[in-house]
This record gives sequence, structure tokens and C-alpha cells, in this order.
Amino acid sequence: MPENTRPNPRPGQEHFVAGPDVVQLQVIDSVDTSEAPSSMWRDAWNEMRRRPMFWVSAVMIVVVIIVSIIPGVFTTALPRSGCDLGNAFASPSGEHPFGTNQNGCDIYARTLFGARSSVLVGTLTTTFVVILGTAIGAIAGYYGGWLDTILSRLTDVFFAVPFVLAAIVILSLAEERTELTVAVVLAAFGWTSIARIARGSVLSVKNNEFVTAAKALGMGRFAIMVRHALPNAAAPIIVYATVALGTFIVAEATLTFLGIGLDPSTVSWGGDLSTGQSALRSNPEIMFYPAAALGFTVLGFILLGDVVRDALDPKARKR
Amino acid sequence: MSTTVSLNDAVEQEPERWESQDASTPLLEIKDLHIGFTTGQGVVQAVRGVDLNVYPGQSVAIVGESGSGKSTTAHAIIDLLPGTGKVTGGSIKFGGRELVGLGRRQTEDLRGREIGLVPQDPMSNLNPVWRVGTQIDEALVANGFQGDRAARKARVVELLGEAGLPDAEVRARQYPHEFSGGMRQRALIAIGLASRPKLLIADEPTSALDVTVQKKILDHLEGLTKELGTAVLFITHDLGLAAERAEHLVVMYKGKVVESGPARQILQDPQHEYTRRLVASAPSLASRRIQSAHERGKQTDEQLAAHADETAKAAPDVVVAKDLTKVFRLRGARPGTHTDFTAVDNISFTLPKGRTIALVGESGSGKSTAANMVLGLLEPTSGVVTINDQDMATMSGKQSFAMRRRVQPVFQNPYGSLDPMFSVFSSIEEPLRLHRVGDRKSREVRVRELLDMVSLPQATMRRFPNELSGGQRQRIAIARALALKPEVLVLDEAVSALDVLVQAQILTLLNDLQAELGLSYLFITHDLAVVRQIADLVAVMKDGSIVEHATTDEVFDNPQQEYTRDLLAAIPGASLEIGG
Repeated sequence: MPENTRPNPRPGQEHFVAGPDVVQLQVIDSVDTSEAPSSMWRDAWNEMRRRPMFWVSAVMIVVVIIVSIIPGVFTTALPRSGCDLGNAFASPSGEHPFGTNQNGCDIYARTLFGARSSVLVGTLTTTFVVILGTAIGAIAGYYGGWLDTILSRLTDVFFAVPFVLAAIVILSLAEERTELTVAVVLAAFGWTSIARIARGSVLSVKNNEFVTAAKALGMGRFAIMVRHALPNAAAPIIVYATVALGTFIVAEATLTFLGIGLDPSTVSWGGDLSTGQSALRSNPEIMFYPAAALGFTVLGFILLGDVVRDALDPKARKR
Repeated sequence: MSTTVSLNDAVEQEPERWESQDASTPLLEIKDLHIGFTTGQGVVQAVRGVDLNVYPGQSVAIVGESGSGKSTTAHAIIDLLPGTGKVTGGSIKFGGRELVGLGRRQTEDLRGREIGLVPQDPMSNLNPVWRVGTQIDEALVANGFQGDRAARKARVVELLGEAGLPDAEVRARQYPHEFSGGMRQRALIAIGLASRPKLLIADEPTSALDVTVQKKILDHLEGLTKELGTAVLFITHDLGLAAERAEHLVVMYKGKVVESGPARQILQDPQHEYTRRLVASAPSLASRRIQSAHERGKQTDEQLAAHADETAKAAPDVVVAKDLTKVFRLRGARPGTHTDFTAVDNISFTLPKGRTIALVGESGSGKSTAANMVLGLLEPTSGVVTINDQDMATMSGKQSFAMRRRVQPVFQNPYGSLDPMFSVFSSIEEPLRLHRVGDRKSREVRVRELLDMVSLPQATMRRFPNELSGGQRQRIAIARALALKPEVLVLDEAVSALDVLVQAQILTLLNDLQAELGLSYLFITHDLAVVRQIADLVAVMKDGSIVEHATTDEVFDNPQQEYTRDLLAAIPGASLEIGG
């Protein structure tokens, strides 16, 4: 114990000095070079792959994508030309694992072949929406001023248009309704949420000091937006896009079910749900399979979106 | 001995409060406290074996840097550990009663009534949708105040008045946003003391406030608690503040007590190597040492001083700011109307080559606006900034792009000044690439060189900012600023957010770099204590104007303005005599 310069500190308050080993002074503010460097993306990946939910959703999505690319590998039956009207409403058998529908088509084959249009519409729409929404939102947020006023009001106008109504009007004018047509129409009215998200996150990034530092270096506004603001604003956009992909698939199915989505000649889950409803009372399983496939696909994307959000934004993670 | 006197005062003024409480037994007794946080990687021990005693009416301070476990220890007392934090061992006794493992109801009874809390951030700790009076009333009700509405209302006004708010009756009906930071902190003190607790925990109570406001509030708090006989447990990162306000100090580092004992003794004769470095690094205290060194210099070597003056005169001015004014146009109450706000009002200063000028002022003094005009980020409403005799306003686009190489900024926030998506290498390389300096290979050589300059291992360049500490990020921000070999660095509160030891390291680094590279610094800060360590010239700003402009020694030894004297007196620990 060192000497006390004061005569009588109270019990328990005597001068106490810990051993020298308590603080490793040379450690203060030293860089830990032992571990591999980790960028935000790598951290997010490490976080994600530890979660079982990631693998579950990834497997679901990979299955759907493989089926949509090469459905012929999994079945010998053909969804359209292989139909035999004389064999309608057949029960499941070795030849028809899910049975046949009211037109005598193999339900198993139709379910597999229907994946393609859903996945196509989903990915195309999401791609369009991300490009359009991010561009509009980022420019509005980063440039601000009158450009922001115009673009934000434009977003509000599109946001206010009833989605299904607009899609019905425009698609009824279309001569041919392919996956691309449907995707373009869905994207035309579906970009507003991404634009709002992009604007918000660019706004929150734009006042950071590294942006000011880039300005002080003489970097131009557009270059700063692309190099600094956008990459930092990407996380919430990616999260939203993952979930949105699922909802666009649902939207396509809804429109096709109503008869204004894909052409009836295209094999799709929405179309099969639509034709199956006439036999709902007697043979509900006809509707069950396309509905289950649709649910499976959408669930996969929504689960993935959840995991991605948790990984990219640790603050939103529930304890 | 002042401490004993204050205790006796308390006993005399409110003897009935102490009948059951023997002044010779500790009010708060913490023994071998361990606190752990459960994370994905297992349990992290934040506090590892802390011992602490607080006697009735006594003021004790826990001092430590960020991550030392000081706040965690304090929060454990009233069971307010955040998230997954849990006491994993040891005991906390309050008035002889064990607090660890106490039920929720009993803990709630204890909070407020027996132990009050003044939280850190006055901006977020008052609910913006309720009137200030309502929030104090709430505290009274929660702590079982006996009396009807009218009595409570009277009590609220009384408490606010006691906390030093004039027109307490009017103030009680106002909302938090109508209060300044200092007034909010006073309201929080009123809430903390509403039920006359025996112990008040003050968690960095004034770290968000300007120094002059801080001093007033701490003076008031000291008087009030002394009068009421309340024991105070200060949590602070500021050794000077702790030594000035508490009689017993506990210095913590990484969850352990490094040194504890009587405040004066620790300050004057620190025993542990870590405490010694803390005392040496604390700017408020170190400034006194520099002063004594300066006085020694005067006595022994007047010629040297004269020589230094001569070189100062000979050095050409790199930056000249003349009659700078910046008026911001604020949106008025009605659409289409506007009001003018003069952020910087007709200021002039010069920065000689190889020197440092400090612009000092409290929040809202216009110092950062002035810095942004020098950086060319804001256009002055009137007046000119010349860099090497070139007027910034008349430069062509190409010239001003080239000029940007010569003036570079380092900002305050070590977490915001580096792009989290960029590796350290890309961050430092960016200025070189933008100004097309060299090829990829030579740029990498330069990045390695710059990392050496700021004393970071070259391996750091593959890392990302989230892997580095605040001090390391600030070093990288300095390296980036130096990449283009500028002549002037604008340091906007560049060390303000750092822990003292790291702050001292960065200041030393800046001093070394200045000597080595002949850099000129425009140093923007609210902290006069730091100024002493780095600046040659000081311009004190208040409400957009420069109120005093002189050499650092003149400003510190012989301040001409009342405001400068107030600022100097408000430096925590300025009044303490440091021996040894």
C-alpha cells in the first residue's frame, strides 16, 4: 500500500492501486491484425450463414429457380399438349402424381412448368423497380431542392393510383400479354416504395462527414452520389427488393387469375387457379397444387428478406 | 478539510434525515461486482470485480474512458442494465440492504425515492410530447408524494425553482423543445432530486453542454446536494471535472478499478502507470504543466522566445480571411417569408505558414461555418478568403479543383468521417485517384507511406472502418487529408470525440506532422484546454464575431475579455493546484 498523504480516509476508501498487469498500456489503441478483414458485406454474410432460416429459404428459392429453368427434367408429361380430355379429374396415380385437371392435363407438370412465368415476372419486375426506384429516389434525395420536389410529388402521384385498376386499364390495351408486358406494367406502378426508401437512406447518408470530405476533395455531385451515397443506401433497398420479389409474384398471379395478366395460353399458377375455381366444390385439389407452389415460392423470398434484413441491419434484429 | 465540513453542514441542516443513517457507515457499498453481457459470442464481462464505497452526503466520482464499465457499474445499482446485461457476482449494499437480486417492485420503490438519477443526454431524456412540469409531477406521483393536485403543482414549481430555473411557474407549463440544453439538464436534476433521494447518480450530466453552462450547472448541483445532504456518484470521462467535484475518485479501465482514493491525492500523486498517463494527458490538467514549462522558458532563455517571435513574423500567411460574413436565409413563419441569420459576422484572421490558429467558441458561435468557408464548401456572403494570395471566389473551376489539394479537412466524428463501405486503402487512395496522382502501384506505395506517417501498421490498409477504434479512424482521416500533400489542414473538432489518452496521442501526432511537413492548421474547437497544447494563435468566437484574437500565451495568461475569462474559468479542474 502506498502512503496516504491525507491522514484518515474513511474505511473502504483508502488509496488503492491495482497491479501493473491490470492495464496493458501498449495495447491501448493498437490494431488487431490477427483476424481477416471484414467489410460490411462479409460481416452480413457471416451473420446470415449462421442462421438456419437462411439455408431453409435459400434451398426453397434454389428449388423454385431450378424447376423454372428446367421443368422438363422432373416430368415426362407435357403441360399443354399432353392433355387428354377423356381423362379429366383423374385421381393421383403413377402416371399423374397429382392427378389431372378438368381438361385432363397433368397437374404435376403444369405446376412445375408454371414456375417459369412466376419467377420471370418476379425477377424482371424487381429489376425494373430497383433500377427505376433507386435512380429516382437517389436523385431526389441527393440533389434536393426543386428536383426533389418534382420527383417526390411524381412518386406521390404514382403511389396514389390504385394499383390493380391501373394494371387492368393498361393490360386491357395490350395486344399481347407476355411476362415482359406484365413485368413492365407492374414495375410502372410498383417503383414508388423503393424510391421512397432510396430517398430516405440517401438523405441520411448525405450529411455524413465522409461526403463532406469528398466534396472538399473537389469530387463532383454525381460522382459522390454514385460512389459514396448509393453503396451506403443499398442495404434497405436490397432488403425491400427481396421481399418485393415475392409480392410481385403474387401480383402477377392475382392479375392472371382475374384474366388480365398473362395470356391464357401461358402455363402459370394464376391461370391454373383461375380455371380451377370452377371445379372448386367437387375437386378442390386442382386449386391446391398451384396455390401451394405459389405460397412456397413467396414464402421463400419473404423468409430470405427477413434474414437479409437482420444481417444488414443488426439494430432491427429482435432479441 | 472541506469535505468534513460539508458533511457536517448537511447533518446540521437536516438532522432528522440522518437519525437512522450513521454517517460512519457507507451508504452504498459495492463489493467485488461482476457484470456480464450475453452476446452471440458468449458472455462478455463488462465489469470485473469492482469495489466502491459512498458515504452519506459524500461525492464520489468514477472516472474512465469509453468502455471502462463506469456507466454499467452505476446502472447496476438501480438495476437499469441495458439489454442482456446481468450482475454475475458480488454485492451492492445500499443502507445495509442487499440490492442484487431484489424484486422488481422493491427496485422500483428504490429508484427515485432512495436513489435518483440524472441521465447523460438532456436532449433525449425528456419526453418531447409532455410539458416539463407534467414530467416532474409524474416523478412525484411515482415516488409516492403525499398531497393533492394543487400541492403537487406547488411542489413542481418549487423543485424547478430550486434547480435554478427562473420563472419556474411559466417554465413548468413549457415543452422540452422550448428549453435550451442547460435548462433541460436543470429540469432533469429537478426530477432526479424530486423525492429527496439519499444518493444521486449523475451519469455524465453535462458532457453534452457548453463549458460555461456546464460550470454553472455543476456549481448549482453541488450547492443543492450539499444543502440537502445528498450523496452524489458522478460518472465521468473527465478527470479534471471529477477531481474538482468529488472527494473520492475511482479510476476504472476495462471493467476493473485501476486506482482509487482521495481525489487530490490521486491527482497530485498518481501511483498506477495508467492513472499517471491519464493525469498527464488530460488537457485541462496538462495545460497547467505547459504553462509552467513556458514560465521556466521565460526565466532561462528570453532570447529563444524573441527568436520564436521573429520567425513568426517572417512566416508568410497561407490563409487570410478578411471581413468574412455568412448570412443564412431561414424559412419564415409564413410561406414566402424569410429571416436572415448571421452565422459569421465580419471576422478576419490570418494563418502563418507552419503555425496553428485555433478558432474557439461554444456551440452556435459560427466557428464551423467559418471553417467551411475556408474549405470552400460554403460561399461567403461577403468578404474574401485567400489561400497563398489567391482569392478563392475569383478562381476558375480548374483552379479551385487544384486549390482543393492544398486545403484539406479532418472532421470531428470518427464514425462518420470514413465511408464504411470503403476499405482503409480505398479511403486513403481516393484523393490520389480523384486528382490523378500516379498509377495504381505508386498510389499503393503512397498509402503505405501515409499509414507509416500516422503510426498505423501497413496491414491496416486491408481493414474496414468498423474494425477500428475512434482514434485509429481519426488517424486514417488524417492520412487521407495528407494524401495530396496539402499546406493547410482544417481540423474541425478533430480530437473532441476521443478518449483522453487517444486524444493526447493524436495531438502529439499532429504536432509532429506539423514540424515535419511544415503544415499550417486551422483548429476549430470548443475546448480551450486543448488549444493550449496545440495552437500558436487563438481567436475566441462568440455569436459569430471574434471577441478576442491574440497569441495563445496572451489569451491564457492575460485574457482581455470577460467572455474569455469565463471560458477559461469554466475548464474543469482549472482551479486545482496540481503538485508534483
